[in-house]
Amino acid sequence: MNAALAPTPAPHDMGGPAQPLLIVRDLKKHFPVRSSPLDRERKFVHAVDGVNFSVPKGKTLGIVGESGCGKSTTARLVARLMPADAGELIFDGEGVEEFRGLRLKEFRRNLQMVFQDSFASLNPRLTIAETIAYGPRVHGIARADHQARELLDRVGLDPSHFAGRYPHELSGGQRQRVNIARALAFDPRLVILDEAVAALDKSVQAQVLNLLQELKAERQLTYLFISHDLHVVHYLSDYVMVMYLGQVIESGPVERIYGHPAHPYTRALLSAVPSMDPEHRTQASPLAGDPPNPINPPSGCRFRDRCPHAHAVCASATPALRDMGRHSEHLAACHLNDPASGHPEAHQEQRP
Amino acid sequence: MSATLPLPLPAAAAPAQPSRSYWTVVWRQLRRDPMAMASAAVLLLIVGAAVFAPWLAPADPYKASMIKRLLPIGSPGFLLGTDELGRDLLSRLMHGGRLSLLMGVVPVLAAFGIGTTIGLLAGYVGGRVNMAIMRVLDIFYAFPSVLLAVAISGALGPGMSNSLIALTLVFVPQVVRVAESVTTQVRQLDYIEAARMSGAGAFSIIRTHVLGNVLGPVFVYATGLLSVSMILASGLSFLGLGVKPPEPEWGLMLNTLRSAIYSNPWVAALPGVLIFVTSIAFNLLADSVRSAMDIRK
Amino acid sequence: MFAYILKRLIYAIPIALSVTVVSFVLVYLAPGDPLNAIAPADAPEEVIQALKSAYGLDKPVPVQYGLWLMRAVQGDLGLSIASGREVTAEVLSAVSNTLLLAGMAAAIGVVLGCILGALAGYRHGTWIDKAATALSVVGVSIPHYWLGLVLTILFSIWLPWFPAMGAGPGGSGEWLWDLEHLRYLVLPALTLSVIPMGIITRTVRALVADMLGQEFVTALRARGLSGGAVFRHVAKNTAPTVLAVAGLQIGYLMGGSILVETVFAWPGTGFLLNTAIFQRDIPLLQGTILVLCMFFVVLNLLVDILQPLIDPRMGRS
Repeated sequence: MNAALAPTPAPHDMGGPAQPLLIVRDLKKHFPVRSSPLDRERKFVHAVDGVNFSVPKGKTLGIVGESGCGKSTTARLVARLMPADAGELIFDGEGVEEFRGLRLKEFRRNLQMVFQDSFASLNPRLTIAETIAYGPRVHGIARADHQARELLDRVGLDPSHFAGRYPHELSGGQRQRVNIARALAFDPRLVILDEAVAALDKSVQAQVLNLLQELKAERQLTYLFISHDLHVVHYLSDYVMVMYLGQVIESGPVERIYGHPAHPYTRALLSAVPSMDPEHRTQASPLAGDPPNPINPPSGCRFRDRCPHAHAVCASATPALRDMGRHSEHLAACHLNDPASGHPEAHQEQRP
Repeated sequence: MSATLPLPLPAAAAPAQPSRSYWTVVWRQLRRDPMAMASAAVLLLIVGAAVFAPWLAPADPYKASMIKRLLPIGSPGFLLGTDELGRDLLSRLMHGGRLSLLMGVVPVLAAFGIGTTIGLLAGYVGGRVNMAIMRVLDIFYAFPSVLLAVAISGALGPGMSNSLIALTLVFVPQVVRVAESVTTQVRQLDYIEAARMSGAGAFSIIRTHVLGNVLGPVFVYATGLLSVSMILASGLSFLGLGVKPPEPEWGLMLNTLRSAIYSNPWVAALPGVLIFVTSIAFNLLADSVRSAMDIRK
Repeated sequence: MFAYILKRLIYAIPIALSVTVVSFVLVYLAPGDPLNAIAPADAPEEVIQALKSAYGLDKPVPVQYGLWLMRAVQGDLGLSIASGREVTAEVLSAVSNTLLLAGMAAAIGVVLGCILGALAGYRHGTWIDKAATALSVVGVSIPHYWLGLVLTILFSIWLPWFPAMGAGPGGSGEWLWDLEHLRYLVLPALTLSVIPMGIITRTVRALVADMLGQEFVTALRARGLSGGAVFRHVAKNTAPTVLAVAGLQIGYLMGGSILVETVFAWPGTGFLLNTAIFQRDIPLLQGTILVLCMFFVVLNLLVDILQPLIDPRMGRS
C-alpha cells in the first residue's frame, strides 16, 4: 500500500466519541427515465432528493417508509455501490465521496452491508466458508479461512457442519447469519442492514435481531437499519428517520417518534401497524392509495394528496424540516407544526 | 423451516449427508437419466469409431477399385458396400467421423469461448459498451444462419478452415446474446454487490462470482448448438464448400454418392444416417443436460 | 400504436443498411481477384483495365459500395459476370421460386406442427405426447438435405410417384398452378417442412400444456363450457406466438432452402447462390445475399408489428 497516497487512519474513533460516525448532507440521486428513444424530453425519478442525516457512534438509525420511498437507494448511495448525483458523505469526520481506487477499497472495509434476499446475496457456487473468506482474501489477509470459521461460530453456525455447505442447503435464517458473518469479516464500523430480517419468519427474525444486538454491543458497531416493519425498527433502533418519496419527512429519537409522531404520514404509518393491544386496533388503514408517481411528485408537500389535513398552503409551499421546540432532536416537515405557515389547522400548542 | 432453533444452533440442524457442489449434483442427475446415458453411449461409440478408425477400420479409406464400384450393403469383404470409386464404405464412414465431428464440434467450442468472453464483457460493463456490442450483433441476426454460413464460406472460398471460420461466426452472436443476458441478470444480484462492498476488483468479481454462474446457462445453450453445427458443417461439405475430396467426410460423401441413388440407393443414403444419429444424440443429450442443470435452488 | 410501428421502422433502417454493408463487403473477404472469373489469366493489360472500369472495380471500395447501393435502391443490381444477364431479373425469378417452396413448406410445417403440438399438449404425458415430442426432436435433428435424398429414393425411385428434380416439365420454365407442376413441389416442400414442423410442435405443445394448466381454463371448464369453447380460448391465446414463430420460420426457410434446392435442383435462390459462389460471380452473389437478407429483415419487422396487433397484452412497452 502506498503510504503517501493513503495514510492508514487510526482504526477506531478518529474524531472522538462526539463525532457522528456518518454524516450525510443533501444526498441526491435521480434516475433518468426514457419512455422511448424518440422521446427527446428527459424525465427523472427523484429516488433520493436532498436527504440529510447523521448517525452517532454505537447507535442504530432506523429508516422507515413505504417501498419506493428511496430508503434502499439511500443505503446503496451510502455504501458507494452507486454514485450519488450530489451530496456529501462524511465518515468519522472525513469526506469520503471522492474516494477512488485503493482509497475506496480500504474505506469499504469500514462499512459493510447485509441485504434482504438471503439467497440472492450468496453466490450459489461457493461454500459458506468460501463466501465469508472471499473479501478478506481479496485484501490479502492470510488467515481468511480460519477467521471465516470463527465468524461462523460467532453467528451461531457450527463451522464443522456448515463451513462446507452450499447456500441452498441452508434455511433462510441460517443464510442470513452467513450474510452477517460475511459483513463482520472486515471488522467494520458501520453495518447497513437493508431489510435484513424482512424475509424471515417471525421467530427466526427475533433470533437474528437478538444476534444483531449482541454483535453491536460486542463489537461497538453502528447500524443503519432499513425496514418497512415498524415493530422491528422500534426494537432495534435508537433513532428513526421516516422517508416519503425520496425525502426525509420526520426524524428523531425512537421513543419520541413512536410516542409523539409529528407528521401526518408518520401517524398514518403508526396507526396502520396492528396494535398489540386489542382495545386500540384501528379498523381500516387511514393511508389510502399508493404513493404518487415519483417522476412528477406533487408540488409543495409531497404527501398532500393523501393527507387528511391538506390545505392550499400545502400545494404552494414546501414544508422544511424543523425541530419541535423543546425536542431539538425531533424534526418534522409539516406546515401543521409551523404556526407561521398559514395552515389553518397549524397547532400552536406544540411550541412553548 | 427451523423456526424454534435456539442460539447457537445445535449440530443436528445441519443436513445429514455431505455437501455436494453444483456440478456433482448435475452429474448424479444425468447418470440417473436413461435418455442421457443412451445418447452419451451412442456418441461415445461414434467418437470411438472415429478416433480409433486407423486401427479399427477394415480397409484403407482411400484405396479405390474400378471393378468393385458401388457394391451393395453386405457384400463379402465390404460390410456396408463400396462407394462410387470402389472404396470400402465402412472404413470411409469411420474415418469420415473424424472430420465431421471435428467440423461440428470445433465451431461450437470456439463460439463458446469467444461468445462467453464478449458476452461477459458486454453484460458486466453494461451501458454504452453493451449497447454498441449488441447493436453490432443484431446485424448478424438479420441473416438466417444457413445463409450466413453459406455466404461467409462461399465468400472465403471452399475449404475446411474457411468452413470452420464461417460456422464460428454464425454461432458467436447467438452465444454472446445468451452470455450477455445471463451476465446482466447475475450482475444485479446482491452477492455481486456484497463482493463489491468487500473492495474486490472487477476482474476478481467476474472470475469468482460471475463466471461460475454464467457458464452454466451458456454451456447448456452451446450443447444445444452441437446438433445444428453438425448438420450445418456437413451441409457445407455437401454443397462442396467444406472438406475437399478425396478426404472422407459424411457430408461430402453424401454429395459424391448422389450420383449413385439410382443404382444403389441405400449405400448412397448411409452417410446421412450417421449425421442424423450424431445430431439427434447431441440434441437429446443437450435436452438432458438442460433439465439436469435446472435443479439449482 | 403508431409510435410503436414508427419506432420499429426506424430501428429496422440501421439494420437494413448494415446488411447492405455486410453483403457488399463479404465478397471482398475472398482471396484472389474477382477478375479472374471473367478475364483469362493471360489477358493483355488494356483488356483487364477495360473490364475493371466496366464493372467499376477500378474505384476504391467505399466508392464502389456507394455506387452499388445507389443503384441497388433503384432496383439495379448490375450484370451477372457469368451469364451477362441482369442480376435483378435473375434474383427475382429465383426468389419467386424459393418463396413458393418456403411458403409451401412453412404452411405444411405450421399445419402439421399445430396439430401435433395441440394433440401433445392436450394429451400431456400420454403416448401421443411422447410420439409427437419424439417427432419434433427428429424434425429439428434431421439433416434435411439427407431427408431429401431419402424421400427421393422412396417416392421417386422406389415408388415412382413424384419427380426427383426440377420445378416443372421442360426445366425451370414458368410456374403454373396445375397438378403437373404441383407434383414437382411435393418432395422439396415436404423435406423443408420438417424444420418448422419440429419447432412449431414444440412451441404449441408447451403453450397448450401451460394454458390448460392455468386457472382460467379450469374456471371455464368449471362453468360447464364445452370443449369447443375451451379450444377457442386456447387458440386465441396461442395464435400470436405461433404466428411470430411461423413468420420467422419463413425467413429462415428462405435462407435454409439452399441445401434442399441443391438436392432437388429447384431453380431458386439457393441454386443461384451455389452457381454464384462456384463461378465467383460477384454481382450475382451480392445481389442474392442482399435480397434474401432484406426479406428476412422485412419479415422480422412484420412479425414485430403484427404481433401486438393480435396480442393486446403486448400493446404497449
